[in-house]
Amino acid sequence: MKVLYFAWLRQRVGCDQEEVTPPASVTTVAALIDWLKTRSARHAEALKDSSVVRVAVNQEYARPGDSVGPNDEIALFPPVTGGSA
Amino acid sequence: MIRVQREDFDVGAEIEALTRDNPAIGGVASFIGLVRDVAGSDRVRAMTLEHYPGMTERQLAAIDEEARRRWPLDATLIIHRFGRLEPGDRIVLVVTASAHRQAALEACAFLIDWLKTKAPFWKNEETPHGARWVAARHEDDAAAARWQKP
Repeated sequence: MKVLYFAWLRQRVGCDQEEVTPPASVTTVAALIDWLKTRSARHAEALKDSSVVRVAVNQEYARPGDSVGPNDEIALFPPVTGGSA
Repeated sequence: MIRVQREDFDVGAEIEALTRDNPAIGGVASFIGLVRDVAGSDRVRAMTLEHYPGMTERQLAAIDEEARRRWPLDATLIIHRFGRLEPGDRIVLVVTASAHRQAALEACAFLIDWLKTKAPFWKNEETPHGARWVAARHEDDAAAARWQKP
């Protein structure tokens, strides 16, 4: 499973993407985030407040209960701030 | 049409290219977003726009499709820049064209409101106190929500 990080999440985690193999019990977005927090202190710090973490599965917005699988591209990022005033 | 690019764009040339050879178009609306030199009480020297290549194009295309479902549009264009930009630089261009003004004006407002809350871009501002990530604003969510169908 490929996990991408953007903006301050990328800076706090310390990498822009990583290949991960969570245990088979990790089948949802919420479970994946909980498991990612156990990878390092930096992950735990970056992901501690889930209210400011948005998730995309295969480039579509996803909710905590949505499923994730080994071949998915998961992206974690803060709320988006494009456009202009 | 959707474009995500580092380079600047020429507003006049883009509108001309979009509407040329389509005499059914009676009205063209456009929105041009610029980098401001101030955020709150701080001067902004520059900002860097980061995005998620691939998802950005998908989300912009989906927003564009939604606008075309809701309004009778003859042509649309969304250009969004990324990379480092300075005050006064253009960030985003939205152009909508239709037989009549109402569809063009409404669709243009819809597109700019929706892309702010859906397109995966993040702004990092350079201020005298250092660099900082711009936080999402509740007003933007509210602006996008007014287009939600009941």
